[in-house]
Amino acid sequence: MSNTPDIFTIFFYILTAGLPATLALTALGLLLGFFLGLTLALMRVYGGIELNWLASGYEKLLRGIPLLVLIFIFTFGIPGLFWYLEPLERPIGGVVLALALRSAAYQSQIFRGAILSVHPGQMEAARALGMSRFQSFRHIVFPQALRLSVPGWSNEYAVVIKDSSFAYAVGIIEMTKAALRISANFPEIWALSMGVVAILYFIFTFPVTKLIGERQTKKLKDLGMGGG
Amino acid sequence: MEKKYEKVLKVVDVWKSYEDLEVLKGISFELGEQEVKVIFGPSGSGKSTLLRCINMLSPPDKGEIFLSGQSLMASEVDLNAMRAKIGMVFQHFNLFAHLKAIDNVSIGLRRVKGLSKEEAHIKALEALRRVKMAEWANHYPAQLSGGQQQRVGIARALSMEPTLILFDEPTSALDPELIGEVLQVMLDIAKAGTTMVVVTHEMGFARAVASEMIFIDKGVIIERGTPKHFSTSPKSERVKHFLKQIDILYGRHEELLELPDEDD
Repeated sequence: MSNTPDIFTIFFYILTAGLPATLALTALGLLLGFFLGLTLALMRVYGGIELNWLASGYEKLLRGIPLLVLIFIFTFGIPGLFWYLEPLERPIGGVVLALALRSAAYQSQIFRGAILSVHPGQMEAARALGMSRFQSFRHIVFPQALRLSVPGWSNEYAVVIKDSSFAYAVGIIEMTKAALRISANFPEIWALSMGVVAILYFIFTFPVTKLIGERQTKKLKDLGMGGG
Repeated sequence: MEKKYEKVLKVVDVWKSYEDLEVLKGISFELGEQEVKVIFGPSGSGKSTLLRCINMLSPPDKGEIFLSGQSLMASEVDLNAMRAKIGMVFQHFNLFAHLKAIDNVSIGLRRVKGLSKEEAHIKALEALRRVKMAEWANHYPAQLSGGQQQRVGIARALSMEPTLILFDEPTSALDPELIGEVLQVMLDIAKAGTTMVVVTHEMGFARAVASEMIFIDKGVIIERGTPKHFSTSPKSERVKHFLKQIDILYGRHEELLELPDEDD
């Protein structure tokens, strides 16, 4: 990069150098956060006093720590945490774990709310048919709760993809770091490259959440589920 | 109709309270095969609680429930298996909102009775046909009227081929013009020999198929007898008053059903 890059070059560079990492961090963080968040939600709804207490304590703790602090803790604070990864990949492990553990605390809230908003009559009808408690959850309550949680979950996606930008702080080249690289080499277009990366984040969040949120809300309305 | 000796259902001195509110205070009755029993009484009298005790959704505090001679209160009993033999039709239908009509009916056959997808589909369609809902098989509950939803609810119970079906005020959440279609289906299956316990205020229905009616108030049986007994010579003042109220509210439903008026 010798000549001052034009806006298209900036777009192209950030997309090719940064987007894959941004999407990978987001996807992994959300996915791990999904399983942990769902587990926490189940603990809170069906777990009895002890498990409920444990899960809600976890949520409070993780929601009370800045993401950047979590990233530093999991990347540098616990040596040997990612011993099985190549040294250069370890920060990725740290960021994914931080994103996942934090997102789980929020996803748990989404799933808990969704499970609780499935009408109690649904469980009752399932039990009356002769299904066990687990079968009733698995085949009746859970599929409905999953649908109910989509709008909230698409919101969580928007949070995580934006928060993945903190990964720049531990040297991962994702979109923010890519933009910073351009501006480091060409200080005269600092504002432009920041503007471009801002637009890119916006493109990957707002239309997605709006589309998914609106479509799912309509679907739920058509099924007569949830408060609309 | 020949009735077998073994009673399908025996309810013996059932007591139930929620916290300090005593809802049921010693209810007993029996039900033979292919019999239809109508339970009625003012709201809050414990009728719904009684049904929920019978299928053990909320087990009695005291008393016994026998299904075909088998105690449901016994500790070793498999309640899921027993509930599969007791159909339930709900006041608010409680159809599974995320499933099409056909899947609402087939899911019990698949998950509880272990039928294959194809077998369950065939049986479910058959049940939907019995309630005249086969052509709506691929609709979601929210796309159906209340009357149609309740008919699917009845099909869901019927398809499991239960020993008896409990109806918890199946028409009381329906718009008046939709009540007839549901009652017609209930009459059809009653006449086809389905054993039923029906909580309802539909006196026309009771008169047409009930072998016995039981009036419950404040958790106790006040009076019991044939439909004819209640329409001609009810004893208790409480019952007389209640029936009068019902007459005022529901007086025109016999016409809707086009039942023969045998009492005048």
